[in-house]
Amino acid sequence: MGMEGIGARVTRKEDKRFITGSGRYVDDMVVPGMKHAVFVRSPHAHAQIKKIDVKGAQAMPGVIAVLTGKELKADGIGNLICGWMIHSKDGSPMKMGAWSPLAFDRVRYVGDAVAIVIADTKGEARDAAEAVEVTYKELKAVVDAVKALEKGAPQLHPEADGNLIFDWEIGDAKATDAAIKAAHHVTRMKIVNNRLVPNAMEPRAALGHYDKGDDHYTCWTTSQNPHVARLVMSAFYNVAPENKLRVIAPDVGGGFGSKIFIYPEEVVCLWASKKAGVPVKWVADRTESFLTDAHGRDHHSTVEMAFDKNNRITGLKVDTVANLGAYMSLFSSSVPTYLYATLLSGQYNIPAIHANVRTVYTNTAPVDAYRGAGRPEATYLLERTMETAARELGVSPAELRRANFITQFPHQTPVIMCYDAGDYGASLDAAMKAADYAGFAKRRDKARKAGKLRGIGMSCYIEACGIAPSAAVGSLGAGVGLWESAEVRVNAVGTIEVLTGSHSHGQGHETTFAQLVAGRFGVPIDSISIVHGDTDKVQMGMGTYGSRSGAVGMSAIVKALDKVEAKAKKIAAHLLEADEGDIVIENGALKVAGTDKNVPWFQMALAAYTAHNLPGGMEAGLKETAFYDPTNFTFPAGCYICEVEVDPETGVTEIIQFVAADDFGNIINPMIVEGQVHGGIAQGVGQAMLEGAYYDPSGQLLTASYMDYTMPRADDLPSFKVSTSNTPCPGNPLGIKGCGEAGAIGSPPAVINALTDALGIADFTMPASPSRVWAAAQKH
Amino acid sequence: MSDISLSVNGRQVRATVEDRTLLVHFLREHQGLTGTHVGCDTSQCGACVVHVDGKAVKSCSMLAAQASGSTVVTIEGIANGADLHPVQAAFKEHHGLQCGFCTPGMIMTATDMISRHPEGLDEATVRAELEGNICRCTGYHNIVKAILAASQAMSKASKPKAKKAA
Amino acid sequence: MYSVNYHRANSVADAAKLLKTGDAKLLSGGMTLIPAMKTRLAAPSDLVDVSRIAALKGVKVSGKTVTIGAATTHFEVSTDAKLQKACPALAELASMIGDPAVRHRGTIGGSIANNDPAADYPAAMVALGATIVTNKREIAADKFFKGLFETVLKDGEVVTSVSFTAPAKAAYQKFRNPASRYAIVGVFVAKGKATGKDDVRVAVTGAGDSGVFRAKTIEAALAKSFDPAVVAGAKVSADSLMTDMHASADYRANLISVMAKRAVAAANG
Repeated sequence: MGMEGIGARVTRKEDKRFITGSGRYVDDMVVPGMKHAVFVRSPHAHAQIKKIDVKGAQAMPGVIAVLTGKELKADGIGNLICGWMIHSKDGSPMKMGAWSPLAFDRVRYVGDAVAIVIADTKGEARDAAEAVEVTYKELKAVVDAVKALEKGAPQLHPEADGNLIFDWEIGDAKATDAAIKAAHHVTRMKIVNNRLVPNAMEPRAALGHYDKGDDHYTCWTTSQNPHVARLVMSAFYNVAPENKLRVIAPDVGGGFGSKIFIYPEEVVCLWASKKAGVPVKWVADRTESFLTDAHGRDHHSTVEMAFDKNNRITGLKVDTVANLGAYMSLFSSSVPTYLYATLLSGQYNIPAIHANVRTVYTNTAPVDAYRGAGRPEATYLLERTMETAARELGVSPAELRRANFITQFPHQTPVIMCYDAGDYGASLDAAMKAADYAGFAKRRDKARKAGKLRGIGMSCYIEACGIAPSAAVGSLGAGVGLWESAEVRVNAVGTIEVLTGSHSHGQGHETTFAQLVAGRFGVPIDSISIVHGDTDKVQMGMGTYGSRSGAVGMSAIVKALDKVEAKAKKIAAHLLEADEGDIVIENGALKVAGTDKNVPWFQMALAAYTAHNLPGGMEAGLKETAFYDPTNFTFPAGCYICEVEVDPETGVTEIIQFVAADDFGNIINPMIVEGQVHGGIAQGVGQAMLEGAYYDPSGQLLTASYMDYTMPRADDLPSFKVSTSNTPCPGNPLGIKGCGEAGAIGSPPAVINALTDALGIADFTMPASPSRVWAAAQKH
Repeated sequence: MSDISLSVNGRQVRATVEDRTLLVHFLREHQGLTGTHVGCDTSQCGACVVHVDGKAVKSCSMLAAQASGSTVVTIEGIANGADLHPVQAAFKEHHGLQCGFCTPGMIMTATDMISRHPEGLDEATVRAELEGNICRCTGYHNIVKAILAASQAMSKASKPKAKKAA
Repeated sequence: MYSVNYHRANSVADAAKLLKTGDAKLLSGGMTLIPAMKTRLAAPSDLVDVSRIAALKGVKVSGKTVTIGAATTHFEVSTDAKLQKACPALAELASMIGDPAVRHRGTIGGSIANNDPAADYPAAMVALGATIVTNKREIAADKFFKGLFETVLKDGEVVTSVSFTAPAKAAYQKFRNPASRYAIVGVFVAKGKATGKDDVRVAVTGAGDSGVFRAKTIEAALAKSFDPAVVAGAKVSADSLMTDMHASADYRANLISVMAKRAVAAANG
């Protein structure tokens, strides 16, 4: 639809402010009288708090208040919760340990907050934080989830015997065991999915402002879902009732899941603002982010994949231990269960699947959703296993996959999901062509002559996005519905404001959402504004995660636009003395089809607001609201191919090429979609080759800054070859599947499949840092 | 406390600051120039890059007092009025940013990089020169594209001038 | 950062005098000191800024003698045309330190006085047999560096320049820590014009558990034949090498060998 509508590569409307330094992030906010907060944090992974002495700190220059967990508790501030109930296979509910926003009796990971210091400057607050005397009695710590389940392991929460949060299963154990027993071949693997730190470039921040005159709170926070933050802080943490609490997520510098959750700091800043009588701003430094942002992944699994004599998969059995850290973060329980095990069928026809998942407390940072959340873990497990199976069976990895592809839709898997549309062969063909897969052998031989080891690997991923049908997730334990809201306001001069519950923190909603409206009404994109991120402006919303903004958020806008269009046509028909059914909207005007009679868009809007001449009984104004609840998940899928070259002398592994062929359904703005894929691949390659969060056995985080945690840099990565071949999603009005997470989901197994191919080894535990690759090459 | 005097985006500025004040905090908190960001504690992410006396530096690793007497240019100071700097324009044109947080530092690094390489840039050089700037959103693909495009655009724009001067 | 008093020195004498204030430290480019102060790992009472002292800046080449002022930035060293001719390996080493913004501020004097075990310059100083000149004396590089983050510098002593005789052949090969980008192993190989003892010097940074050191076995092999092929036969023991989460001592030993081999190849052109 034209230069600015659906499908156009429109440059982003929001860019102007970012490229000129005019973005407004939480740390840029200034409120009169604002003071600065620093949190006192536990240096121990596990300890009892014997005493907290704040007197010395209170007497320091510039200090306004030093507050502790006892005071917080006395004021009735609630414990942090996990909002998704999972029941163990014995029917018992998950064991949620108490998580006070400020620890008062016991600390359970390095970084656990024990007090807040508020002072005139951040420097003074930090000076005073060092003067808070906390007496700890150290306890033994455990950081490894498998070890935490062992007898005699240090116990974290009285609520969770043996540190076990839940022992959950999905699928048909009997049928799966039978398939394995009867199999012609079984591929068995142990799979580790390494722990990651999300590392949005903007550190988390919160500014709490209690207005005494109005008895009203405002919280500026780095959130992907300000409405959820308000709901949770109001309903569960007892900060303030919703009508007295405004949450604003202004420009947010990346999230990747880590900014979904409601953390202790925003709760404490709001409470402390009232307590201390000043607006309180806290901004994390990077090491604080490493210590306290929810981490991602950290699974230990075993897998058995059964094949018949025709190389068809007959069964898949998975056992997973997932580390959830010291406390259950907001959606932590859903990640290794319904976002993980439900995707274990991948792109394949698998008649029997069974997965058992145990989640475990350890003395580490809480673990929750990070880009992909569960789906990268499922994809890595499955695609590493497929690759290994192909090698064991002596068949081509591509053909083994192709032979097992699902080709008929809809397809009901044995693990809940019903795939609605896809063409997996098309993505595989596109990727192999783009990668010149056929020419690989020649390239490998040439590299070998130069002393280098080349390998190629692929990954055929599927994910479930567009989360999610509220009734379905409700039946699975979710504490919230996962619809989205939209409000479309056509102003009296025809300009349009779209209020959305989706939040943009890099995804470009201000452009893509405007494209949708521009295309629909033929009005200039500059006359459309997208409003988001403020609970006072947008009535309610569920926010941005799970690649849901397009499939769910835009669908809500479509619904509201339908209503606007219907009313606009009624007004136009009245003005043009025509039949409502004959009105069409084209190029910014409402026309009587087949005639030259028309009323410009802005005149129709003006008529709606002057209300001088409206159809009988019609209300003035032109503003419509909609809530859209999806009917199914969406299922983006694709094929990624990675080619690597290893220098065996040093272990340095270079990515020679990375190809992504995705099926995202219909696409609003290809430029933005490609950008999402690039970024996702970088994070996936980061997981495979560079990143890993490591604790020492005492619970100290060894990778707590960029000196030790390897972030992907420009020279670690190649330019990517990306393409799409799309089957529209039948489940939503725009046919969108979503694209935000695919890159991070599909890429790690492609990289490790290529690396193990290059080295000629069966398995390799991520990340493929030079020293680890060199060590693996020595053993070989 | 130190009395400092420096030029910020073409304007002479005087202030009295705590000696421990970093240049980035002076710019953000005293001058209200919040386009310069802080993304790490270890001088690695580059979100804070500004130009001091014509060279890209990390304003998180320099005291405001050290900059006294210098000329500082920030992201807010590189456009020519309403006309974007060619690097700014290229970042928009090539979708070289997503969340925007690293972007000011990227742009300041890129303008410095381009000026140090009048002979032109290739992909490998751009990637190597971006060592001190971390982006988590873009995978660098479009940042590299934008810098290469800006480099070309700027060399085209400067060539006729050079001829005239010759 | 804790509170600190900032002083700007106008001359070396001025700096030496100011250094007597409290627990004062010299501040040059600040690329190590300021981050350490930000994380409160360093807490000097006073900072004496020497970065604007004109006498400490610049590269001079006179015949085969190269002198570099202590406050000369890595960027200035890497782009100095005279040095690029006299000792291109050192200019190239400077271009590999940190990132462009760090190179614009960080200085050679600051780097060697700090003696970070993963810094690049110490390897060059030792391999080039450089002399470290202070306001009080001249010190051979072999004797200057002591362990981790330690040198023989005394209180009140200010590094003013370094000087060395340009080698006939030299090269630096650096293997970076993937996260910090500091050297896990950096090997500087220099060959003089003479033959025999000390003609070939091979200095290693990033790897030793007490900082920069000379790889004598490799030196001996190369003294006989300055050929990359001989390096493989002169392995460095892993015994006194560091092990950390990024690299084991064995891996570092291997990298010393590989980097030395590549450095010799590069030096031979």
